[in-house]
Amino acid sequence: MEKLRYERPIIQKMNTGLMNKFGTRTEYEPVTHIESVPVKSLIKEYGSPLFVISEKQIRRNYQNATRIFKTRYPKVQFAWSYKTNYMNAVCQVFHQEGSWAEVVSGFEYNKALGNGVPGSKIIFNGPDKTDEQLIAAARNNSLIHIDHFDELYSLIKLSEENNLKPRVAIRVNMDTGIYPKWDRFGFNFENGQAWNAITRIINSENLDLVGLHCHIGTFMLSPAAYAVAATKLCELTWSIKEKFNKTIQYIDLGGGFPSTNTLKGAYLPGSDTVPSIDQFADAITDVILGYGFKHDDLPLLILETGRALIDDAGFLLGTVLASKRLSDGRRATILDFGVNSLFTAFWYDHKVSPAQAFGQHTEEMVLYGPLCMNIDIVRESITMPLLEKGNHLVVHKVGAYNMTQWMQFITLRPNILMIDKENNTHVIRKAETLEYLELNEQVPEHLKHNPLK
Amino acid sequence: MKLKKNIATSAEGFIFNPGTGDSFSTNPIGAEILSLLKEEKTIAEIIDVISAKYDVDQSQFEKDLDDFKSQLEDSNILD
Ligand SMILES: Cc1ncc(COP(=O)(O)O)c(C=O)c1O
Repeated sequence: MEKLRYERPIIQKMNTGLMNKFGTRTEYEPVTHIESVPVKSLIKEYGSPLFVISEKQIRRNYQNATRIFKTRYPKVQFAWSYKTNYMNAVCQVFHQEGSWAEVVSGFEYNKALGNGVPGSKIIFNGPDKTDEQLIAAARNNSLIHIDHFDELYSLIKLSEENNLKPRVAIRVNMDTGIYPKWDRFGFNFENGQAWNAITRIINSENLDLVGLHCHIGTFMLSPAAYAVAATKLCELTWSIKEKFNKTIQYIDLGGGFPSTNTLKGAYLPGSDTVPSIDQFADAITDVILGYGFKHDDLPLLILETGRALIDDAGFLLGTVLASKRLSDGRRATILDFGVNSLFTAFWYDHKVSPAQAFGQHTEEMVLYGPLCMNIDIVRESITMPLLEKGNHLVVHKVGAYNMTQWMQFITLRPNILMIDKENNTHVIRKAETLEYLELNEQVPEHLKHNPLK
Repeated sequence: MKLKKNIATSAEGFIFNPGTGDSFSTNPIGAEILSLLKEEKTIAEIIDVISAKYDVDQSQFEKDLDDFKSQLEDSNILD
């Protein structure tokens, strides 16, 4: 006799009329394939957990964003924010699409060069650039975005000593009505610091002021804040033309557009609430086009959009290790990945789907990672089918900031796979091994042995 | 493991405790276990019946039955 499909027994109290705040029906609809490739076979072949990136989705996102901006404004350039995801394969997809590179450290800068990005198409941001890196960037004709007066003065000195004339911009911080203000980066607009820096640069023989930059925050939910930022950068651009007869070539509005993830504590899912890129583009381009620049003086608009272009192209596949009940009766499911791999679980209530079909019964549960620490929580409360050991799960929208901020803690970091346009799979970063991890370790001679045997 | 005498169960998995006014729902396999309990079957008998009928390891089911038992205790319907 054929046996019936098994499901573990549960009993649930009925609370008539009470809607669950977290569980939306779509959350527990199974996701059995990523870009037509079965989750089951991906895990079988490449292990669990496993990061999966869809090349198609990255290209779709990029083409969509460029279309939105280019249909509103004549001169637009995206620069891929390396820290958002600097897997070389991912960067190359963006560079193939025409994106420049935006980097914030020497190693990211070298990664961009290694990816074949010409120095002149690398934007070097951030407060931490060594003298050697500044000189190299100047020699490569890169765009150096100056963050503070100490950097401004060292760059002037280095340029004089080495007979260089780097192309520079300043990062401007400002009040856009959004709090907290990100005023620790760059020169302040309202108190005149930015204007002082501009004056100092223009009076220097050795620096060529070509742009103005700001990055007003991340996961910004207000297009209006971008309109304020664009207005203030246009005002500086205008004043520079008036006072110094100098045309600023570009304004760079940084990154910060939200992805459709759901911020922790938000009542509604991000996919229903975050403004679209169109709304940000309208806010920004209306200001610049309306400012009154002559057509030839219209600045190039640079965008360093990160998470909005990659988040939904990344998935994390994983496996249930155990299911148990907590002392208060709640269900707890333990997964083979935690906040060490899924760093963004600290920010988001990630959407998690089962990767196989289930019966109609569901229960509310906590999703825990495998780490031996209390903070290792993937979802504090989620309604899922009756999961058991060995079931697979798919976490959605994990493309941004995980593959760069993940921690090697307790477990080794897993494979990252890319599914290309023809649905072929490519490992783009191999799972770490103990050997890899210990490569840079050195044990002093007197600690090489111990008496335990 | 014994159900309280006054607990009402239905084959569809609806459970009512007239003592407290609480109602519960259970999945089909849960309903089946409850009806075996009503017939005063032992744990060993329940394990035999279920693992003969469903596609499950006996040890897996033992673990799940234990888990179910603690859910029933929390629901306050066991004697
Ligand atoms: C200077 C700069 N540009 C771009 C980005 C990308 O931001 P986002 O991922 O929010 O678009 C960041 C991220 O913090 C940044 O600091």
